[in-house]
Amino acid sequence: MKESVKSVFHGARQMIGITVILMLICGLLFPCVLTGVSALIFPYQAGGNLLTVDGQTVGAEYVGQEFTEDYYMWSRPSAYHYNVYVEGEDGKPYYNDGTEFPGISSGSNNYAATNPALTERVEADIEAFLEKNPDVKREDIPTDLLTASGSGLDPHISPASAEIQIPRIAKASGLTEEEVRDIVKENTQGKVLGIFGEETVNVLKVNVEIAQRMGIL
Amino acid sequence: MLQIALTIFIYLILVISVGIYVYHIAAGKHTFADPVLNRVDGVIYKICGINPQNNMNWKKYAVSLVATNGVMMLMGYLVLRIQSIGLFNPNGIGGMEESLSFNTIISFMTNTNLQHYSGESGLSYLSQMLVIIFMMFVSAASGYAACIAFIRGLAGKSKDNVGNFFSDLVRITTRVLLPFSIVGGLLLVWQGVPQNFSGNVVVDTIEGTKQVIAMGPVAALEIIKHLGTNGGGFLGANSATPIENPTILSNLIELYSMMLLPGACVITFGKMVRDRKRELAVANISDDTNIAISKKAHRSLTVWMYGREGRSIFAAMGILFLIGLGICFWAESQGNPALAGVGLSQSMGSMEGKEVRFGVAQSSLFTTVTTSFTTGTVNNMHDTLTPLGGMIPMLHMMLNVVFGGKGVGLMNMITYAILAVFICGLMIGRTPEYLGKKIEGREMKLAALCIIIHPLLILVFSALAVGTSAGLAGITNPGYHGLSQVLYEFASSAANNGSGFEGLADNTLFWNITTGIVMFFGRYLSMILQLAIADSLMKKRFVNESAGTLHTDTMSFAVILVFVVYIFAALTFFPVLALGPVAEYLTLWA
Repeated sequence: MKESVKSVFHGARQMIGITVILMLICGLLFPCVLTGVSALIFPYQAGGNLLTVDGQTVGAEYVGQEFTEDYYMWSRPSAYHYNVYVEGEDGKPYYNDGTEFPGISSGSNNYAATNPALTERVEADIEAFLEKNPDVKREDIPTDLLTASGSGLDPHISPASAEIQIPRIAKASGLTEEEVRDIVKENTQGKVLGIFGEETVNVLKVNVEIAQRMGIL
Repeated sequence: MLQIALTIFIYLILVISVGIYVYHIAAGKHTFADPVLNRVDGVIYKICGINPQNNMNWKKYAVSLVATNGVMMLMGYLVLRIQSIGLFNPNGIGGMEESLSFNTIISFMTNTNLQHYSGESGLSYLSQMLVIIFMMFVSAASGYAACIAFIRGLAGKSKDNVGNFFSDLVRITTRVLLPFSIVGGLLLVWQGVPQNFSGNVVVDTIEGTKQVIAMGPVAALEIIKHLGTNGGGFLGANSATPIENPTILSNLIELYSMMLLPGACVITFGKMVRDRKRELAVANISDDTNIAISKKAHRSLTVWMYGREGRSIFAAMGILFLIGLGICFWAESQGNPALAGVGLSQSMGSMEGKEVRFGVAQSSLFTTVTTSFTTGTVNNMHDTLTPLGGMIPMLHMMLNVVFGGKGVGLMNMITYAILAVFICGLMIGRTPEYLGKKIEGREMKLAALCIIIHPLLILVFSALAVGTSAGLAGITNPGYHGLSQVLYEFASSAANNGSGFEGLADNTLFWNITTGIVMFFGRYLSMILQLAIADSLMKKRFVNESAGTLHTDTMSFAVILVFVVYIFAALTFFPVLALGPVAEYLTLWA
């Protein structure tokens, strides 16, 4: 009897000991060490890739933003509007479309391919887009531009989606189409080694440059 | 297409070196890091009073595993409930509610990582580290430990000893998971994954609006989430967010970190079984013939890499994986005819729920990998996949043998191998033997039980969900897709995967409790049964190969295995798949 009680105690000691020590090593030591080392080697990335213009932080390199002005390039639709909000007169935060901002989120509406809500949203977005971009033909709108990303924070659009917005941007901003096209080109990232991934245009970086050329930033 | 093929080709090269390293750890052989790590391990053993030489039989091993996991759950639960304290909580997150804490703690301890909360609003940094990151390490290490014990049983050097659970747990953590995590974590930070303790940042945008951007120790969680085939994201949208997965390179790092260790497990198995055969040969045969045998063994490169038995298992898993990947990629490339109907070009494939930087190719690859290797991390939203594209991840979780998570995938596949040997034995009149041991009634009963549990959990609970109003309330997509949402949730829970058709409104008492139960039984019941099978085989004597022996180290056995897996899946899951994704596909393309 005494032996078995002893062995149970010994077992419990091992279990509790290993739990506490692994919790400290894996849960505390490891993230702290990684934070320290990465702050030394990669301070920009570890701090969240924040983009600053003239000392003011305007966003993060890899987090998309919602843009509504005609002279800016537009991002893909997002269920959470890229966590972009304005403070209303009542002090509460609101999305650009007037609905209340519930706090930081990520994700999509998770509409299935067969969900009628998806078709309705896309149809409405196509009409709105064609109205603002009268030169564009319906069948020329690229797939990515009017479908929502999985994260709701996609910082990119495809080069084709950038190209069809150029006439509108040029007209509204006063820049020439060539100028805008150059800006887009500068902020287009190719595939890694020409094989992996897709070609992407970083919307925020394009818009920061447009704003700078227009002299409003 | 090319990038998918190249990605897999690079994997095949990487997995072999990792496999050899893991084999050295599992077999207790010398590795280059021993001088440092032996001391670290020694300190841990001393503090906890562990004697690594103190070997256990399978029952003691299983009890230690389950009880230790229990202690860990208890500690983790406490942290979740008190996370609102000011420590590591710059965003002022409140405590977590009971049923959600219950679900979360089971989810992370069982390596499932099903998330009914959203990371940015549900967890403080303290919980992200002390609960989530901690459990990601130990649940992976527990699964791997069980698998190594299982292999020891099959390779059978002694009659009763499957190793010491505590020393396995420690060795896997310090020698595999931690070093890989530090290197991989730094690579992810280099690619742009944040790693800091500051609160969320609010910026003024150039349009005069405000934007709030998530911060935190993301990279630390991100790397072990994949290495340990865990899958629970720091943020709600997981690896689809550009914060967790900013570039195509970070995507590849995450992809490889979840593929390497489960693949390495198969190699470990192959090599450990081969060791036993070598020793047997040394003992039985005179020197001359022994040299001839070892020369013969060296002739084949693949045998050297995977071990004979490991090779056929790896091949079967590979075939299943490639079939699934092909269907998923094809289905997603077809686009969505409903959107084409309202005039949106589908030339890029189905892009709803996908990121531009990954496109259809890397998204479908990631989707197939995350459900085959039962990680559960997502770089696109599975709920928005096309019907057949979404059926593949679901199917792979139902099979639960296509590489599978840390260790358990291999254990499941061996269970199927035993079944395949038995069925073939009956059909062609051979004695059912596997790895030199006779398969008899007791093993078959255990294997059958083991294979039945998984579909039973999925189907019974899905039926319960669609039969009750509390279950039905979670469904958010109309039509056949609603059933797919329910089915996916339970398949994901039972397979300890953790991805979801995230539209499901699952943070309710019903969903928290039911999925919690499914995850718990899905993990521990099959693990215990499999250890029992290993033990029962271990006690048997080796039988000499005869003309009546069915060879299990051949390509044809790999093909048989693939068929057995598919036939069992079809018999159990085809009716319900026909009502969900297949019916949805037919209506969409009609």
